[in-house]
Amino acid sequence: MSNQDWANANPERLYVISGGRDRKSATAGFDLVTLVVARARPEPTMQPEHAAILRICSSPLSVAEISAYLRLPNSLVTVLLADLLAERRIEVRAPVPPAALPDLSLLEAVIHGLQRL
Amino acid sequence: MDFNGSEPRGPREAELLPATVATAVKIVVVGGFGVGKTTLVGAVSEIRPLTTEETMTEAGVGIDDLAGVERKSSTTVAMDFGRITISDELVLYVFGTPGQERFWFLWNGLFEGALGAVVLVDTRRLEVSFDVLGRLEDRGVPFVVALNGFPESPGYPVEELRAALDLPHHVPIVHCDARSRESSRDVLMALMRYLYDLAAQPAGAAASAQPVG
Ligand SMILES: Nc1nc2c(ncn2[C@@H]2O[C@H](COP(=O)(O)OP(=O)(O)OP(=O)(O)O)[C@@H](O)[C@H]2O)c(=O)[nH]1
Ligand SMILES: [Mg+2]
Repeated sequence: MSNQDWANANPERLYVISGGRDRKSATAGFDLVTLVVARARPEPTMQPEHAAILRICSSPLSVAEISAYLRLPNSLVTVLLADLLAERRIEVRAPVPPAALPDLSLLEAVIHGLQRL
Repeated sequence: MDFNGSEPRGPREAELLPATVATAVKIVVVGGFGVGKTTLVGAVSEIRPLTTEETMTEAGVGIDDLAGVERKSSTTVAMDFGRITISDELVLYVFGTPGQERFWFLWNGLFEGALGAVVLVDTRRLEVSFDVLGRLEDRGVPFVVALNGFPESPGYPVEELRAALDLPHHVPIVHCDARSRESSRDVLMALMRYLYDLAAQPAGAAASAQPVG
């Protein structure tokens, strides 16, 4: 394992961070590429992980990026995001709904974007 | 922000997405051990590739085929990913994930909502790909196959590989060098064009799509 923080993120620590809540239930509704934007400033009284999310999400970031920067498992990040969403401290931009066939204009946009790469 | 270590704590100034980005889409690069997934993701990404991790125990909760796996087992699986900003409104994420069956527990969250997949294949070790291809077909995930060229890779004719991998004729097979940004970009393009053809066709006509390469 390459990074220290993850090594420290033992089950007990993860349990504390999540407040002991079931991490599975919160994953619903958050995709790896759901975009998150902070709507509030971090406050000193906040749980540090909540504050860290608000700090890095001043520009949109995906759930996967938040998980990578915080070195926390994705399922735990979604619990933290659910808290922040309930307090209206973040705004989320959901990805294109799953199962829907991608529309042609979306695919065209991606193709054009890749051509410029 | 503190960038002392090699592991970033947050995005760099140059890595910030425009505030206007409203939609994110994802694709998945999947393949066997050491086939070049991380290399490909890194080649196309505009940000330093990142890693998100998940543990077997949590991701496995509720999955019933984990007989024999200890509840407290701490198997950690890393997924590399990168990002390409497509426009002021749209961003594409590219995830690399191992193809071995023991990592399939990751696939639910990963493939749900994904546009499609790239199956990265090393022609020296074709057998690694069989399970992955079958699994993608079962899940109905559209995919293209990219043959990553290693110096000692046998240069089979594409149609021979198609037969060996038992791929329907409409599934594109392309060659690539995962170390090259342009070549890796072209792999993603092949996938997008294939998806476009699929989406543009009347339902059920997929089998008549033209191969891209
Ligand atoms: N010659 C050649 N070497 C490559 C190419 N792509 C990757 N490599 C090399 O192959 C090795 C493995 O590549 P990775 O990108 O780490 O492969 P991976 O699929 O992410 O591997 P795991 O995550 O360990 O399963 C590295 O040493 C790469 O430099 C390629 O297209 N051509
Ligand atoms: Mg890798």
